[in-house]
Amino acid sequence: MLELLNYQFFINALIATILTSFSCGIIGSYIVAKRLVFISGGIAHSCLAGIGFGLLVGINPLFSVMIYALLISFLLNYFPDKINIREDSFIGILWAFGMALGVFFVSLKTGYSQDLMTYLFGNILIISRFELLTMLILDIVIILFFVFFYNEILYISYDEQYARIQKLPVNLIKLLLFLLCTFTIVINLRVVGNFLIIALLTIPQATANIFTNNFKRIILLSILFCFLSCFLGLYLSYLFEIPSGASIIFSAFLYFLICFIIQKIILIFSK
Amino acid sequence: MKTIIELKNIDVGYSDNIVLKDVNLKIYENDFLGIIGANGSGKTTLIKLILGLIKPFKGEIKFYIDINFGYVPQLNMFDRKFPISVLDVVLSGLIRKKRIFKKWAKEDIEKAENLLNKFNILNLRNKPIGELSGGQLQRVLICRALISNCNVLILDEPDTYIDKEFEFTIYEIMKELNKTTAIILVSHDIGIIPIYIKNIACINKTLFYHSSNEISDKIISEAYKCPVDLIAHGKFPHRILKEHIH
Repeated sequence: MLELLNYQFFINALIATILTSFSCGIIGSYIVAKRLVFISGGIAHSCLAGIGFGLLVGINPLFSVMIYALLISFLLNYFPDKINIREDSFIGILWAFGMALGVFFVSLKTGYSQDLMTYLFGNILIISRFELLTMLILDIVIILFFVFFYNEILYISYDEQYARIQKLPVNLIKLLLFLLCTFTIVINLRVVGNFLIIALLTIPQATANIFTNNFKRIILLSILFCFLSCFLGLYLSYLFEIPSGASIIFSAFLYFLICFIIQKIILIFSK
Repeated sequence: MKTIIELKNIDVGYSDNIVLKDVNLKIYENDFLGIIGANGSGKTTLIKLILGLIKPFKGEIKFYIDINFGYVPQLNMFDRKFPISVLDVVLSGLIRKKRIFKKWAKEDIEKAENLLNKFNILNLRNKPIGELSGGQLQRVLICRALISNCNVLILDEPDTYIDKEFEFTIYEIMKELNKTTAIILVSHDIGIIPIYIKNIACINKTLFYHSSNEISDKIISEAYKCPVDLIAHGKFPHRILKEHIH
């Protein structure tokens, strides 16, 4: 495998696995703890509209998808109450409508688009230097936010009402967290694609949850499992020439399965 | 007696649905106010109003001193699988005091441990809340409310999960606490209202106030619209009421 290090694209891919692990590990832990998996999946899938639009008009889809994601995050946060619609129904609408819109935009563009596939299912091997930079900035923001406001985030997530009574800036912190979730989804799209990103936000966290119920340890273990999944996935992708998005998810699932079985065996023997 | 909170001619509810109409209420220093009413009568709405979580449509709410609320909510609003430890839940009661960027001070952690010890759950200190029974979680939430040295303590339906063997101790602790703290105890179960209560409010679309600790037949029918049979039981001396004939 060492000869791979001679290739710039492979080094970039390695850096990407590390950078992805931090943002997905941390934000995924929050998403799982707060049971925001469905809304995150909705945003990720709906993002196809932003990608399709970018490909159609010929701008970097990262920009169009970011603007689109911010728009629907805003809608998801403020609309359901205003127009009196149930939140999960509204997520379902945005989820399907965004995907339909994306397919429509892409179909307007003549010819088959190889590019689209890399956004749908990801390709860690073609990550650009600019994309690595955005991932690095995202990581720094997330790490600083969680280091400085760890207690506030934990307490607001556990009991929002009590935090309000104690006069914490609940709305502000929730909004910032939601924006970070959105940015994590959008910026990591290139690694596993918008159909599979939800896996990196839930499977490593579920694996971590097998070992601990402590939020801080869940975060740290999630980062580790996220990295191990991306790393093994990257290697398997090279070895068997399978799409990296799929092999990363397979790896994440493999770790989960192994840990789950080990835990059950330990439980049986400790009885 | 010094009034610390006053509600004047208040209408309150959600969107355009009025839950409580024309509410007038005074809460005194070291008050022990029992609020009773059937399920859905607006008890929780009144609490949310006092805590400042919702705004009234009409009327005003006045605070005459700087109030530090301690609140023990109903247990059913919690995600029992949330990854947080017992100690963290108790410490979260101090978040207003804590400076951002700083870790918990040693004396804060000691204070939390002392409270846990007082409620006989110090051994659960590092357990995730998911492993606790309802009664244990309730004690943890009471510790969270008490750690900030609150001057008004609100308990919402504390009887739902309270363990029978610990009930007596909790009421003893409350009695002691009441010397320095105003306590508001909300319940749909009249049997839970302790004997040393000072004032009673009955809720049923509006509020009826009684500045005595006598629960009369009249008060009960105001809240329930029908006479209710009452049985007091347990170690704690509840007020026993005369029988009703249906």
